[in-house]
Amino acid sequence: MNHASLMMVLPEEILTIGAIVLMLVAAWGGQGATKMISWVAVAVLLGAGIALAGPASSGGAAFDGMIRADAFGAFAKVLIYAATAIAILMAPRFFRQTTGDDLRPEYPVLLLLSACGMGMMVSAGDLLVLYVGLELQSLAAYVLASFMRRDARSAEAGLKYFVLGALASGILLYGISLVYGFSGTTLFSSIATAYAGPHSLGLTFGLVFVFAGLAFKISAVPFHMWTPDVYEGAPTPVTAFFASAPKVAAMGMAVRVAVEAMGPATDQWRQIVIFASLASIIFGAVAAIGQSNIKRLLAYSSINNVGFVLVGLAAGTQAGIAAVLFYLTVYVVMTLGSFLVVLQMRGEDGQPVETIASLSGMSRTRPGLALALAIFMFSLAGIPPLLGFNAKLAVFDAAVKAGLYPLAVAGFVASVIGAYYYLRVIKVMYFDEPVGEGFPKSGDVVEGGLIAAAAVFVSPVGWVLLAPLGIATMAAAKALF
Amino acid sequence: MIGLTHYLVVAAILFALGVLGLIANRKNLIVMLMSVELILLAVNLNFVAFSAYLHDLVGQVFAMFVLTVAAGEAAIGLAILVIYFRGRGTIAVDDVNRMKG
Repeated sequence: MNHASLMMVLPEEILTIGAIVLMLVAAWGGQGATKMISWVAVAVLLGAGIALAGPASSGGAAFDGMIRADAFGAFAKVLIYAATAIAILMAPRFFRQTTGDDLRPEYPVLLLLSACGMGMMVSAGDLLVLYVGLELQSLAAYVLASFMRRDARSAEAGLKYFVLGALASGILLYGISLVYGFSGTTLFSSIATAYAGPHSLGLTFGLVFVFAGLAFKISAVPFHMWTPDVYEGAPTPVTAFFASAPKVAAMGMAVRVAVEAMGPATDQWRQIVIFASLASIIFGAVAAIGQSNIKRLLAYSSINNVGFVLVGLAAGTQAGIAAVLFYLTVYVVMTLGSFLVVLQMRGEDGQPVETIASLSGMSRTRPGLALALAIFMFSLAGIPPLLGFNAKLAVFDAAVKAGLYPLAVAGFVASVIGAYYYLRVIKVMYFDEPVGEGFPKSGDVVEGGLIAAAAVFVSPVGWVLLAPLGIATMAAAKALF
Repeated sequence: MIGLTHYLVVAAILFALGVLGLIANRKNLIVMLMSVELILLAVNLNFVAFSAYLHDLVGQVFAMFVLTVAAGEAAIGLAILVIYFRGRGTIAVDDVNRMKG
């Protein structure tokens, strides 16, 4: 326990202290302080992000290897903090218009705590740290899902998320206990040694349970059933958060466990990952076709996208992990952009509208918004020259180079099915007759600016970012090998 | 002589019962919370048994952390249950179906 270790977890310290202080401010200031607390929370996230430039991204092993302060964790944390900050920024107007009451100040505080937990998940070097980080993230997320207390759907979403999330934690924990018992340690580096030699059936069982728990957290098929209900029921800013930051964190955690702790057993977990990947791509695409609610559609879209991310993990190579990080970056931008557009969908009475049918004719009533959503949908479908195409190309390229030809071909064919429902949204917006007046303009500069920035990022203009992103993702992936 | 295997078998049975309680139970949400606790306690039994068998303290420390987290989880679970009950007036599992698809 020394000064160097404390410097390596500086982002987590900033977030923890920030969250606790803001909680006290919230207790004194009440609802009137929400606006100030939200902006301070964003500043705290920014401060944690700046702290990543120090030993937190290059220090190596902290606390005797229990925490890894490396480029991989830092890259994932940048994504997580950015997504969390955007989730804070998009919330106040939504809650004010939907409930008629100001946002309660717990919201930014819970997001800060969740971000701290997610940071621990992606830089864990020990199963104990991983578990505590995961629970810190999950417990905050359960509360966030049921944040609109008077809304029956929100309470139901929170309940479902809680029960299935607790089950997932239980399964993961059972796997952890088996891994601990049969390897005699919870440190990733020592677990890898245990997997490298001839190992007992107990370790294999542990691996299966751990991967089942991880699949729950990233909502990969066959453990995806909570996703559509939770995404539909939770308040839209919370859904946007669930679809972005925790996905990155859970995926980063899965990558770290797979490569650092269970790297020598790659042949064993690869089968699980390939199955989950193909099942997610196909199920996510097929089940989305019949959806009429845009939030449910985006939930199935996120299941579908997790499948593609898993293609990169299945490769198990440095290029594969770099592709995973690149895909996650593009995915987070596309998803947050789509949800920001969903936030703009409101009726005349100010209440949120969520049906896809209500988008009809939006190209005439709100051309800018329709263009942005069209860009996100084309990009999610993986159509060039948008960045979503490059992301899919990167994961398939990595899979082919690792010799996984059947996976690459099957995933590629299934991605064509997925294009159908994305294109349906565009068809509704551009070729159907408008109903009513269209959505009223919000005039919110922050949200409009974020939508424009996200749309520009995934548009061909974003190609200028490909080279620096490629360098950053390769450097991050290199930290694991 | 009671050995490691006995503990592991009991823990596995408890774990399976907990999972079954979550999946097969169609009556009451409180039973679901109890099932979650059962799962976590099965895991704790595993940890403590392994810890004694390996003469390694990490397992017991882990069990302490799991207990603490389980307490927090139960608190949040009950809180969500209360706001759910306020809105719907029931805690029957079959009624948790506002959203389908």
